[in-house]
Amino acid sequence: MEILAIQILNSLFYASVLFLIAAGLSLIFGVMNIVNLAHGSLYALGAYITAWLIGRAIAGGSGASAIWLFLLMPIGALAVALVGAVIEPTLLRPLYRRAEEYQLLVTFGLLLILEDVMRFVWGGLPLTADTVVDALPIVRILGQLYPAYNLVVIGIGGIAALGLWAFVYRTRFGVMLRATSQDRRMASALGLDVGRVYILAFAIGCFMAGLGGAIVVPSQAAVLGMGVDALVLAFVVVVVGGLGSLKGALVGALIVSFVRTAGIQFFPEVELAVLYLIAGIVLLVRPTGLFGTA
Amino acid sequence: MIALTGTPRPALPQLRLMGIAVPIAVLLALVPSFANSYQTLLLAYGLIIAIAGLGFNLLLGYTGLLSFGHSAYFGTGAYAVAFMAQDLGVRSMEAYILCGLALSAIVSAVFGFICVRHTRIFFGILTLALSQVLWSLALKLFWITGGSDGLRVPRPTLLGGMLTYTGGGFPRFISYYYYYVLVLFVVCVLVMWMIVHSPFGKALQAIRDNETRAAFLGLRVRRFRWVAFLISGVYTGLAGVLWVPLNGLTTPDILYWPFSGEIVFLTLLGGFRNFTGPIVGGIVFTFLKTYAVATTEYWQILLGVVLVVLVLVLPTGIVGALAQLIGRLWPQRAD
Repeated sequence: MEILAIQILNSLFYASVLFLIAAGLSLIFGVMNIVNLAHGSLYALGAYITAWLIGRAIAGGSGASAIWLFLLMPIGALAVALVGAVIEPTLLRPLYRRAEEYQLLVTFGLLLILEDVMRFVWGGLPLTADTVVDALPIVRILGQLYPAYNLVVIGIGGIAALGLWAFVYRTRFGVMLRATSQDRRMASALGLDVGRVYILAFAIGCFMAGLGGAIVVPSQAAVLGMGVDALVLAFVVVVVGGLGSLKGALVGALIVSFVRTAGIQFFPEVELAVLYLIAGIVLLVRPTGLFGTA
Repeated sequence: MIALTGTPRPALPQLRLMGIAVPIAVLLALVPSFANSYQTLLLAYGLIIAIAGLGFNLLLGYTGLLSFGHSAYFGTGAYAVAFMAQDLGVRSMEAYILCGLALSAIVSAVFGFICVRHTRIFFGILTLALSQVLWSLALKLFWITGGSDGLRVPRPTLLGGMLTYTGGGFPRFISYYYYYVLVLFVVCVLVMWMIVHSPFGKALQAIRDNETRAAFLGLRVRRFRWVAFLISGVYTGLAGVLWVPLNGLTTPDILYWPFSGEIVFLTLLGGFRNFTGPIVGGIVFTFLKTYAVATTEYWQILLGVVLVVLVLVLPTGIVGALAQLIGRLWPQRAD
């Protein structure tokens, strides 16, 4: 029973991070019809930047209280959003009129570039930020010890899901976003600045990925290749949930996380294979995913 | 679209193919006599990757389907060889090829059957997801596959031992193996040429250009795509089989999806709207990557920049750009 509670919490922790990555991927696809292969690398970039900032802050000794360190996470995510705001107009904009194969390829090129930029800047060794985890107490849950930081991550995941939903469905910009996603030319004809919507949508998607990296790094450290690994899992999430659907990203992240936690517990050898098989079966039976419309 | 030039199609494409292909084949055959064994080794790698590119391009260039999972068939071929060498003690290259072809045919038939139900982006994601099933199995079932350490493969016997290289060491093995690869490469090119110029190949191109119209003409679109997928997978599987003895080791990396990305990359580098594009791309890519890896730790960034520049500036690839250049230098050549 205690083990079950811990495993559920672990699944929720994992789902929070996956949701942040997959929601960004899904948002970008929904609005711009681009499958961003570099999305995982942007998540890794968020992890590296945040870990680096936290390391600086601790080395600087500027009142290393945990609360301040937490503020560094959105800053790391914002930095990734800025990178995204540069990428969209320079690399992606020239390609919207061309076949989607080219968009896939350019983001694959971007993936290769980002991976090496991270290797160049931060080297091959893992970059840790576990001070943040240590700054929070370890709590008892049904008699089991559990780091409070993981609960914070679950909270952030939930808040992010709510915040993104409110943003897309309850704000003026959200209306513009959905209008552009449904019919780009009509939105443009009605006077929307589609270019601006695209930059913002891409930057928000990158922000989500960066935030995912930022909240995962204190408990797992930033390593090379984490982005490439994360991307395929995010693919599984959006394929199961439906590309371009926020609800789908949430449900998909939960499904993938619980299957994965159960897999590690009961069938570790085929844990990943089962996930990819689920994605394959969903694509076969319901190509648009559980909540997709496109 | 056929060969090196963009000028109007000549009356006898076969003749012009001969005119271009025979000198190149002779040149390739002479390479071991003037290049050192390292260069020969690289060229052998290049030809092998070019076979994979040829197969891949039957899907991308001729059928209009972008697969992001061709690592699966390359890896199937490679692991088939490794299993035969390790578990059955087979040393014959011909046996490797036969079994590797059969196994990659089975895997690509099954995967293809599933994947051709979709097109465009979903096709890409589905191929990727399925290839990652194989990757995760190769990684996790370590008592069979050696996990991330991979499996070692000893040098095989060629032509049932008729080509002996013992005593000659590595250089002699390379020069023999190079010719072995070259012969298979030439066969692959000829077969692929016949496929894309056959009614079947024309049907694929019709489906690529307008699926609805092709369906109304009575073509069974899905069946054609499936067969194209199968041929494509078998070609890539053969490349995997030929690759392993050269590399001496097979690891899950060749099943991981960035390797599929490399196959896409080299095809685009050469130009996927040309028959010769993936061949040029495969060879250029092999040399480019080898020298980039040797020169700098940050070779990926170089490949990434090349890829982005290619997509943005040179979408027709090397061969397409050359064809345009030739077309501009000698406009309206009286062919």
